[in-house]
Order: sequence, then structure tokens, then C-alpha cells
Amino acid sequence: MLLVVRDLTVALPIGGRLVPIVESVSFTLGAREILGIVGESGSGKSMTSLAIMGLIDVPGARVSGSVRFRGRELVGLAPRAYRALRGREIAMIFQDPMTAFTPVYTVGRQIDEQIRVHQKISRADARSRTVRLLGDMGVPDPERVAGRYPHQLSGGLRQRAMIAMALSCNPALLIADEPTTALDVTVQAQILDLLRGLRREYGSSVLLITHDMGVVAETCDRTLVLYSGLVAERGPTGALFAQPGHPYTAALLDSIPPLHGPRPARLPSIPGSPPVPAERPAGCPFAPRCAYAHEACAVRPALVASGVQDIACVLPAEGRPLPPRFVAEMSA
Amino acid sequence: MVMAVLRRLGQTLFVLVGISVLVFLVFFATPGADPTARIAGRNASSETMARVRVEYGFDRPLPVQYARMMEKLFVTRDLTSYVNRGQKVVPEILEAAPVTVSLVSGAAVIWVVLSVAMGVIAAALRGSWVDRGLMMLGLVGISIPVFWLGQVVNLVTQSRYHESWLFSWVPGLGYVPLTEDPLGWFRALALPWLTLAVLFVGIYSRVLRADLVAVQSEDFMRTARAKGLSPARVLLVHGLRTSMITFVSLFGLDFAQLVGGGALLTEVVFGLQGVGRLTYQALSNLDLPLIMATVMYSAVFVVIANAVVDMLYLLLDPRVRDGR
Repeated sequence: MLLVVRDLTVALPIGGRLVPIVESVSFTLGAREILGIVGESGSGKSMTSLAIMGLIDVPGARVSGSVRFRGRELVGLAPRAYRALRGREIAMIFQDPMTAFTPVYTVGRQIDEQIRVHQKISRADARSRTVRLLGDMGVPDPERVAGRYPHQLSGGLRQRAMIAMALSCNPALLIADEPTTALDVTVQAQILDLLRGLRREYGSSVLLITHDMGVVAETCDRTLVLYSGLVAERGPTGALFAQPGHPYTAALLDSIPPLHGPRPARLPSIPGSPPVPAERPAGCPFAPRCAYAHEACAVRPALVASGVQDIACVLPAEGRPLPPRFVAEMSA
Repeated sequence: MVMAVLRRLGQTLFVLVGISVLVFLVFFATPGADPTARIAGRNASSETMARVRVEYGFDRPLPVQYARMMEKLFVTRDLTSYVNRGQKVVPEILEAAPVTVSLVSGAAVIWVVLSVAMGVIAAALRGSWVDRGLMMLGLVGISIPVFWLGQVVNLVTQSRYHESWLFSWVPGLGYVPLTEDPLGWFRALALPWLTLAVLFVGIYSRVLRADLVAVQSEDFMRTARAKGLSPARVLLVHGLRTSMITFVSLFGLDFAQLVGGGALLTEVVFGLQGVGRLTYQALSNLDLPLIMATVMYSAVFVVIANAVVDMLYLLLDPRVRDGR
């Protein structure tokens, strides 16, 4: 296993006390695998990725649990050692390519910088690698693009440049935090294609963070559903889409517009909003919004195996799992 | 690019003409304030009044008066003072300008170096006692009036402790031209430089620290850290470079207004015959030609400095280059 995360908990100081934003999240990621982490805003998915990167810089924040990358423990790793890892073995691409590049330097210079920080090579060699990477990412006329400033490029080109920068040192793990959210639909599809191709051409594993179930269906081998900082469900994407075990997963799937059949007048939505971290209920955090909520939900359900999936819900154990869904087509 | 520069020059010229018209109108065409009476002096005879009126063209229409004033100021440069008759105004300013430029340039070097160092250190150690101490020091610097500080410096270095080993190198008050005696120039100006710089070190270090702290939460700073760069490199190469944009615009304006006569208090306290002091004399004697000339001189500097800042923007911020 490339990455083994066990009971990762991230607590931030809010109003004078430590409030857990992410609670006991566990998952594994194998070589050349794409794992999707899905959840609403505030579900802790970005916080999880920043914790793996060691980039949480809120004063007083506490990260506990274990993150093992190639057998090496990352939680509590010395800053200097972490720095050698970041950008070289674990790289990250961010949601908004507009603001993720420093506006006053050319894109090429910023990619060169990352290469030269981690490897002793000449400026000219770094630039030729930058140009090759940009070309690999499907950037037309990469030499010219390398000499341009971020604001002179379109969103799609910027995100390609961002991915080129992330891949510049051939990282084993790429964390992509909502890489397509800020892009328009056709560009989204191209970027997802690119991410899928990475494992073939670069042998990278990808941790894809998104709130878009459609993106997950198209891209991910396995899926982790986060709700309110807790794992709701995890399992192979196909199984999870065919028979969601957690009512939250099912509700998320219901909110995807169907491609076939009559168009619903209004897409089903989940009533209410997720609890804020400081006021998370003692029992199942989804219970207040759940159609299946009953007395048993007053105790926080443990993550239990049910077939190939792990589900944090009492329904399967009570012998009344959710019905399987008809999946019209699965491209994954 | 050439077009942009030309357009900028045109604007500069337009602003200068506008300022000169305004200043002229304020001082020479204010109803009820007859410049003739001021020149001729108190209880002057009507013949004297008539002579002065013809000599300065006050019997002609305003546009002609304005044109004559501008001609005397820029073309023939023989505008003479009302107070010291016969004293030519333009050479007087040209003589005072090097003093002011020397004073302000030296102070600017000190305040830029010190404030960048203080701002960066404070931002890097944000929240620590070093940060709090430096920012407190900056606030103290801003609060001290420059004339008071100058007087205290003079008191200490010129009289009380002048004989001690610490301050025996300090020359008497006044200016020594750089071309005559470089070391003397430096010694004469060292204390005025520091005195003038104190206020600006305070302002600039606080502004820079605030900018650097604000930039920390930008996405690109997170990207820079995700790339595996060292904290120093993230702060200096990505943070400071981006924060410099505000710093430069502030610097351009302050530098220009100081060279244009804003260093008045420092010049007076340290006995430097600079433009500020000249302006001060002109105002206290209501010496209209001298006021006219010093204001125009100062306007030229402010406008030129603005143009230079705009050019620097082009260098510093590629987004401005593309007219966005």
C-alpha cells in the first residue's frame, strides 16, 4: 500500500477549545489507484488532504492518528523532512488555478522552481523538462506557454500547467483538491481524462477530492464518502453506486440528474444542512436529515463491513439495507 | 509601449499646466488682494503703484499676466523676488534643490532598508515577542514629531555631549556639497537622514508586515509551500515580491512630496537651505513669485514621481502590463 491513513483526526481551536473537524478517518490507497473523497463543503475533505500534505498552519491545530506513506509515518514528521517530500513524492493541485499561481512570475519559471528545489539540475535542463511536461499535458505550443504569466492563460491551460507542475518531480501520490470545479464542462472532461491517463504514463496514484458524484463515477476506482468529518461509507465505486449502504450516499446519488427517462421537475435534495463541527450530535451526524432515522441512531454507528463496502450506518446490521439502484451506464 | 509612454507624458504635461493655472489664480487673481500693493510696500505713492503695475503687467488681462509669469519662470528665468528686490527666484531654487535631494535620498535608502528588514522579520515571526516589539517600535517612530526629534538630536550631539568621543565627529549645522567634500557631506547629513527616516521606517514596516501577513492566506502561497519550498523562500520570493507593489506606490508618493518641499521641518531644524525651507520663507513673507516657483517645482516632482511609479508598476506587475 502506498498510503495508509488510520484514525486521522484534525482538531482546530475554535472559540477557545479544540474542535475536531475530521474525526477518525481511515482509508488506504494502492499504487496506481484513484481514490475519490466525496462530501459537501465543510465535510472535512480538504482538511484531510491538507493534513496528509502537512500544510495545516492554523496556530494550535492538532493532527493525530497515523498517515503512513510508503511505510513512513507522516504525522509529526520534522518540517525539513516533510519539505523534501512535498512536491517531490506527494504533490497537490488546487481547486482554483486562477489564484494558485503566483501572479508575478511566468508559469514556466514556477514549474522550473519546483524542479530545481528538489533536484540539482541546470536552469536550461529544468526549462526543457518544463516544456516537455506542458506538452505531455496537452498544452499547445508549450514553449510559448511556459513564458506566459498566469493571467494570460485560460482556466483550462492554467490547470494543465498546475498538473504539469505537480508532476514535475514524478510524485508517487497526487492529491487533486476539486481540480475541475472552477472549469467549464468541456474542459472538466479533458482534465479528468488527463488525470486518468496519469497512472498509465506516470504510475501515479491519485487522491481525488470532489463534491461531484459524476466526477467520481467517471474517474475513481474506489470511493470514500465523508459526512461532517466522519467516514459515512467507503468501497469500490461500482458497488457503491449500484447499492449505496448509507442513506447519505444514496441521497447524493439521487441528486445527480438522470441521463435517460423523463426529466424530474425538481431534483431531490437533502433537507437541512450539515451540522457545524462544534455542534455535531453525539449519535449519527446524519440522523437529523435522514429519512430512516430512529432510536438506534442516537448512538454513533461504527464503520462495519457489508459485502465489499464499509458502512457507518445501522440499517444493514438491522437486516434492512437500502435497495439497490438501477445503474443505467457505468463508464468506470 | 511607446504609445503608453507618450500618453503618460501628455497627461503629465496636462496636469502641470493645470496646477500652474490654479496656483497662479490663487495667488494673483484673488479678489481683494492686489499684488501691486504688496510689491510697492506700505503707504506707497500712486506713482510707485503705477510703475509697479506696468512693470509686472498687472494692468493687462489675466491670460496675459499668466503667460508672462510662465515666461519669466520657464523661458527667461528672470522672475525676481518681491521681498528681496533683484533676487532671482529660479537660481535660488536650483541652488536649494541639491540640498533637499541629498537629504531625502539618503533618508529614503535608510527607511527602505530598515522597513523591509523589520517588516519581513515581523511577518516571519508573526505573533512572537519580536514581532510585537518591532511593531511597537514602529508605532513609536510614527508618533515622534520630527521637529522634536531633530531638536533632541541637536541638543545631544551639538551641545550637551558634543565633546564626548561619541559625537565629536558631528559637524556644525548646515550643508556641505557632495562635490566639494564627500565625507563632509556624509557627516553633515547622517543625523538629518536618520531623523527624517524614523517616521517612514515606522509606517513602511507596519504596512509591509500587514501586506505580508495578508498575502500568507493567498492560494499561491499555499501552492508555494506545497511545492516543498523553504519557508524563507516562500516568504521572500513569493510573498515579498507580491507585496512590493503597494510598497512601491507608497514610496513614490512620499519620496516626491519630500523632495518637493515636504522635508521642511527637518531642513529648518538642521539648518539646511533646502527647498522646504525656501518655501517656508516665501510663505512667511508672502513672496508671491517665490511661492509660485516653489509650488511649480514641487508639482513637477510629484507628477514625475507618479509617472515613475507607473513605469515601475509595469515592471513589477505583469497584469498591469497587459492593461488589466
